[in-house]
Amino acid sequence: MAKIASPRDLTQYQKQAKAARDKIETFITMCGGTGCEGSGCREVINEMDRKLAEKELQESISLKVTGCQGFCEKGPLMVVRPAGNFYCNIQPDDVEEIIEKTVLKGESISRLEYQDPKTEEKILKEEDIPFYQNQERVVFKNNGFISPTSIEDYFSVDGYSGLVEALFNMSQEEIIEEVINSGLRGRGGGGFPTGQKWRFTYQEDSDPKYVICNSDEGDPGAYMDRSILEGNPHLVLEGMMIGAYAIGSSQGFIYVRAEYPLAVKHINIAIEQAREWGLLGDDILGSGFNFDVEIMEGAGAFICGEETALMASIEGKRGMPRPKPPFPATSGLWGQPTNINNVETFGNVPLIIKNGADWFNSIGTENSKGSKIFSLVGKVNNTGLIEVPMGITLREIVFDVGGGIPGGKEVKAVQSGGPSGGCIPKDLLDIPVDFDRLSEVGSIMGSGGLVVMDEDTCMVDVAKFFLDFTQDESCGECPPCRIGTRRMLEILNRITSGEGKEGDIELLKRLGEDIIDTSLCGLGQTAPNPVISTIQYFKDEYEAHIYDKACPAGVCQDLIYYNIIEEECRACDRCRRVCPVEAIEGEPGGDPYILYDDICIRCGNCIEECPFSAIEIIPGQKE
Amino acid sequence: MAEISINGSSYQVDDDRTILSAARELGYDIPTLCHHSVISDCGACRVCLIENKKSGNLMPSCTTKVTDGMVIETENKRLRRARKTVIELLLSDHPNDCMTCEADGNCELQDLAYEFGIDKPAYGGFKEEPRFTIERDNPFIEHDPDKCILCGRCIRVDQEVQCSDAIEFVERGFAAKVGAALKKDLGDEDSSCVFCGQCVEICPTGALSYAPSLGEGREYQLKKTETTCGYCGVGCKLELKSRDNRVVEAGSIYRDNLPNPDGEACVKGRFGYEFIDHPDRLSRPLIKDKESGEFKETDWEEALDYVVDNFRRIKREHGAEAFGALCSARCSNEDNYLIQKLMRAAIGTHTIDHCARL
Repeated sequence: MAKIASPRDLTQYQKQAKAARDKIETFITMCGGTGCEGSGCREVINEMDRKLAEKELQESISLKVTGCQGFCEKGPLMVVRPAGNFYCNIQPDDVEEIIEKTVLKGESISRLEYQDPKTEEKILKEEDIPFYQNQERVVFKNNGFISPTSIEDYFSVDGYSGLVEALFNMSQEEIIEEVINSGLRGRGGGGFPTGQKWRFTYQEDSDPKYVICNSDEGDPGAYMDRSILEGNPHLVLEGMMIGAYAIGSSQGFIYVRAEYPLAVKHINIAIEQAREWGLLGDDILGSGFNFDVEIMEGAGAFICGEETALMASIEGKRGMPRPKPPFPATSGLWGQPTNINNVETFGNVPLIIKNGADWFNSIGTENSKGSKIFSLVGKVNNTGLIEVPMGITLREIVFDVGGGIPGGKEVKAVQSGGPSGGCIPKDLLDIPVDFDRLSEVGSIMGSGGLVVMDEDTCMVDVAKFFLDFTQDESCGECPPCRIGTRRMLEILNRITSGEGKEGDIELLKRLGEDIIDTSLCGLGQTAPNPVISTIQYFKDEYEAHIYDKACPAGVCQDLIYYNIIEEECRACDRCRRVCPVEAIEGEPGGDPYILYDDICIRCGNCIEECPFSAIEIIPGQKE
Repeated sequence: MAEISINGSSYQVDDDRTILSAARELGYDIPTLCHHSVISDCGACRVCLIENKKSGNLMPSCTTKVTDGMVIETENKRLRRARKTVIELLLSDHPNDCMTCEADGNCELQDLAYEFGIDKPAYGGFKEEPRFTIERDNPFIEHDPDKCILCGRCIRVDQEVQCSDAIEFVERGFAAKVGAALKKDLGDEDSSCVFCGQCVEICPTGALSYAPSLGEGREYQLKKTETTCGYCGVGCKLELKSRDNRVVEAGSIYRDNLPNPDGEACVKGRFGYEFIDHPDRLSRPLIKDKESGEFKETDWEEALDYVVDNFRRIKREHGAEAFGALCSARCSNEDNYLIQKLMRAAIGTHTIDHCARL
């Protein structure tokens, strides 16, 4: 294959790729992201391949396996284009019907269409579904449209035009200026202005300089970066190239978790393709700019997402952070100036260069521009990946995009920013989501985790859960994080097991503040956030645990008991049969059953089994 | 030069210095634990934090360089609370066994606990039950991870000064500890430890001790004698520590312009001092009794006369070429010069050799 030698060549290839795509009458995009893979999309894809071959339709109909389309709750997902029929929860058995009816005759299959849980209406097209309607898909725009393993597909959506713009029409200073003007802030958690970071690295008079893409996404339940790398790896590469050119670097690294096999595979394929086409290597597009990228697979330590620990890991050392300053821009990888950005940040760069700072600027709030990808999970109907404009309110995210709380329950709080974020109570759901507002209410933007909690969630338990994670992931280097988070967890364990005592809340607060003040890196400096924010907004729950020995949400097993409501019990015997510890006694058809609290382990089996809702959870300890 | 303000006073200092070194030179006392003059700084222990009045952040003074216009405080209420919490946390994971600890009186953690008046650390008191086992599967170094504060000084001296790369942090978080390769002992065949003892020297607590010195006396009970190691021609300075006129430990001296300025030693210099007090050691000259064949003690006068008489006789009967001299790398240069001079000028032979041919 000939290398692309000039911008004109690239334009040619882009035109060819578009023409090839437009020639195909029908193409089906099938989500091949990890979420859909978990729901069985592989079987559907195999079945589709087999059927298309059987019916000799491979020529006229193209099946494209794309990256994550976001609506993981409803996976496996499929869109039949150009008509745009959106089908969800597809099983291999549905394939025959899809081909016969929708692909060949243009008829829609109502059974596979999305049903709005509020209106119970069937919705035909992706763009009409509230989940997508309320989003602003910028970085994710092409995720459900192109095949991540095809560079031609990326060409067909004007891929690498941003690079051409940067290399041939802009100076290094102009690129940096453009990124600064766009207002782009780091999407990995810190929210530092990206252009400023680039400028600092650019200004360093030292060679070599390095560019690192931080793809060590570690927050539990968050997979934004993973989905970008899996679904549109060339977008990230293009962003890195523009960044490298701007700061004067010719070597890049992508540090990605080894537990993301599909992302590793796709980014590897993308790098190989870019090298073959001359988009990586020497004299890229005849511009004189040299750049190449190496992949480093991380071994799964959460701390390696911290930039200095990440660099230590690339250097072959134990992944432990070091104090800043010096910042990576001055002294980074192997002591050289290094610019390190997150996947999503790099994903925004080609779009800013292509569409201009003003376009990017037009989205978002005063100090937080553009869109942000969130991983929306927890007690919400539409779990999945969403990309929304900065400034959207949490309420809009939870109720419009997320479709509200399942089972008609009340929302209690939203936790943002991953395990180091804070819990925002329902009274504050109308705040606009941006860097500054989130930190004002005691949380952080983080890398974009959003966990929705309903009324059945115990906030002390939630704080314990997140702290358990962070203390386990502490690298052990500095005492406040290593020992302090451990001590906080011990106090929380005490409280949730009924051993809490007066002064515990104050002790937690004080220790938490000191850990934030004294820890070496971002992990320790934010680890107490879930505890401090829940104390701030849900102090009454802590007090109930400590003084009343009761868990109001009915979660902490030592602070609740089960009770059989005599009037409701029909002595059907089902609860007795599922109890694993023989804590329930009674005669079928006889008197209401009796539950022995001293034997009961609160496993919940009986509650689930009881057809009459006769077993209730009562907060507190039985007299 | 950078102009900085420390606790309200302005100073001009070199701008390549750390806050710690500049402040200490100016007479401000900043406590440290993980800092040591012969190794790099990592800012891990959080005891040397100072407050940057402009950013409002607490920063480690050991790794932060001074910059022009910097305004810092090295002592205030916030810093005292922060430092105290850090020390309390360390103590909450430390046994309260100073009574019997080898490092009593020679422990930086103990000093800080005293300075901050922590008799019972918050957050659960001292460590009651050990979390680790004491590692003592080699004859030289004993490691008690329960007393370790993970300052990493041992690791850095091992990696940066001795360059053995024998130890590193293992595990993570609360389970983290210092360990040798493959979680085995320092003396294991996979270990690259050379038993130079520098980790023990630099350890601020009782986590690392010399196994042969255990129970031989606390630091303040030992008499210290600066000496030059006799094992080879490098001439390392060592501090021999003795009690009741018996050497019980060989410590390091950190001083510029020494052959071993960073306290280096080899296993022989560090641990090979037993011979000094060994009963078999010759402390007086012996002459063999021709009839009984046994060696008998004598004085230097008689012994040297005996040697001179026999040198003369051999030279007379067999000539100077019958002599040869072999001298030792354990002698000083001057000693070696004199022996060759003696052989060439007084005896008349060039047959001279030396053992330093490794």
